[in-house]
Amino acid sequence: MEDLSFHHQARTRAGGTRQMAIIGVVASGNLEVLAERVLPETECLLEIKTAAEGFGEVWDAVVADFVERYSPGGLKFSINDGGARPDTVSLRLAQAVRLMAEDEQ
Amino acid sequence: MLTSRNAEAAGRMATTWQHQREARDARLEAGTRLARGKIVEARDATRLMEAVIRPGDRVCLEGDNQKQADLLSRALLAVDLAKVKDLHMVQSGVVLPEHLDLFDRGVAKKLDYAYSGPQSSRIAQMLFGGKIELGAIHTYLELFARYFIDLTPQVALIAAVSADREGNLYTGPNTEDTPTVVEATAFKDGIVIAQVNEVVDKVPRVDIPADRVHFIVEADKPFFVEPLFTRDPAAITEGQILTAMLAIKGIYAPYSVRRLNHGIGFSTAAIELLLPTYAEKLGLKGKIASHFALNPHPALIPAIESGWVQQIHSFGSEVGMDDYIRARSDIYFTGPDGSLRSNRAFCQTAGLYACDMFIGSTLQIDLQGNSSTVTASRIAGFGGAPNMGADARGRRHPSEPWLQAGREADPDGSALLRRGRKLVVQIGETFGEKNVPLFVEKLDALALAEKLKLELAPVMIYGDDVTHIVTEEGVANLLMCRDANEREQAIRGVAGYTDVGRNRDRKMVQQLRERGVIRRPEDLGIDPLDADRSMLAARSIKDLVRWSGGLYAPPSQFRNW
Repeated sequence: MEDLSFHHQARTRAGGTRQMAIIGVVASGNLEVLAERVLPETECLLEIKTAAEGFGEVWDAVVADFVERYSPGGLKFSINDGGARPDTVSLRLAQAVRLMAEDEQ
Repeated sequence: MLTSRNAEAAGRMATTWQHQREARDARLEAGTRLARGKIVEARDATRLMEAVIRPGDRVCLEGDNQKQADLLSRALLAVDLAKVKDLHMVQSGVVLPEHLDLFDRGVAKKLDYAYSGPQSSRIAQMLFGGKIELGAIHTYLELFARYFIDLTPQVALIAAVSADREGNLYTGPNTEDTPTVVEATAFKDGIVIAQVNEVVDKVPRVDIPADRVHFIVEADKPFFVEPLFTRDPAAITEGQILTAMLAIKGIYAPYSVRRLNHGIGFSTAAIELLLPTYAEKLGLKGKIASHFALNPHPALIPAIESGWVQQIHSFGSEVGMDDYIRARSDIYFTGPDGSLRSNRAFCQTAGLYACDMFIGSTLQIDLQGNSSTVTASRIAGFGGAPNMGADARGRRHPSEPWLQAGREADPDGSALLRRGRKLVVQIGETFGEKNVPLFVEKLDALALAEKLKLELAPVMIYGDDVTHIVTEEGVANLLMCRDANEREQAIRGVAGYTDVGRNRDRKMVQQLRERGVIRRPEDLGIDPLDADRSMLAARSIKDLVRWSGGLYAPPSQFRNW
């Protein structure tokens, strides 16, 4: 297991009013993402527990592109990774932002 | 004075020009002692081999990529090495363990082949260990061509569904390589031995006429056929769906590709399953994907049932598709008996000359776009992909996709003299199974060639034939790259988070994107979040059975009910 943490400044606040969302599953080649609206509006934090060690650089690149593309200001992401591929990680993060953009149910 | 004509005549008297025929007659006579008519009992099959095969012979043991002459393989493996040894095997598929056991035992020594899917790991070990003397790894058409020039078999061991007592053969839906192998062998004084599932009074149709068949061996169980072209829709991922959407909207639509061949991976299965849903919504029905050189892929059933497909010619058949094909003779090529007639040589030729696009997956792509399915420990061979995935330099008929690709490659050339281009598309996800990157700085095939001292690295599709690369990151159009550097950056630009992708020149990739050389999902109006399994016309094998009206009968390994 390896723990990684990335802190970014986002351009804008993530859309929507939802406070919390969860997507994905912890399984081989997959990951679980918990998103929480708990940070100041331009802050973004990702905390990752991953089963695959030594991929810090790839995570760094995936996270930087994600923040650039979706500007998830105010969101903290807690990730349990089962060795997912980068494209799966990008997809789950984007899905989490979309869920957060929905109105509180 | 001796005139030249007299000299010629004198020479003729001293020389025999029928050595091969005499040798064949001697072999036939030896074999006939074991036969009643042409029929040899299965228990005598090894003795038959010992009677008709000579040490060092070139032997074609019919191993296609699907149909296997398995009984004859086992019979050959059991020969007395004092009688039969050091054979030169010339066969398209090295698929059964017995095919390689022949080399372990010393029955065979040299190998020329095309495909070795299930044996790819063992064949690599045996090549490294010097157990096999390798001629070359071919494409199908190339090996078939050599059957008629310098690799003509002395003996062919083939498989058919049934034979009559004269020796007429019915090959059934999996005709595959048989007519080509028999043509080369029988008409050059070779011996043809067929294993059949049954001997009947009258065959349903004559696929191979009796005078080309010398011996028939009735097998106690049907020959082995592998369901190689069945992809379970349940295993298709969102990433593959996204990639398929990009291919449809980024390549099929703008080039109006109607005549094509699909590889066998999950990405192309996803495309097949998106035709009646996603592509239909895009208004593409009738404009794309209507004529195929393709095996009867079960994944294409929903598109056929929805009226997308007009015609399919096949290399071989597919397990479980027989009744469906019979009932859809408007789509498939069928015989007077109603069952599929496939033919690998003709279908490969069709894929080479009459299709405007090949789209398929690979295991590795380098910075020039060369692709290979060879990895450090596996040599899978080529099969047909290089024939489909190559620009046919002998092509002369125009078509819109072909002309458009030619224009993009050479916009300033004279329209009347400019060659068109076959669209050769490599599709895949940036990371494959076990997070192995699709893109590499150097192909494993090069290391392998060095290790085995080959004169040529086993490259499946050469970079200069590849026109597009599609990944979940977008579509790279290599036709529009003007130099090697642009090409490299276009490839890096769709290589995602692989090392190759992360080492891209960001500024140049951005410029390529502005020129439309690279098109991201958002450039094509595709939201990656829309890529969802609910878009697949069938999400399970059972769905495919339903679409077929119960005509598709999937093999047991694909049934979970």
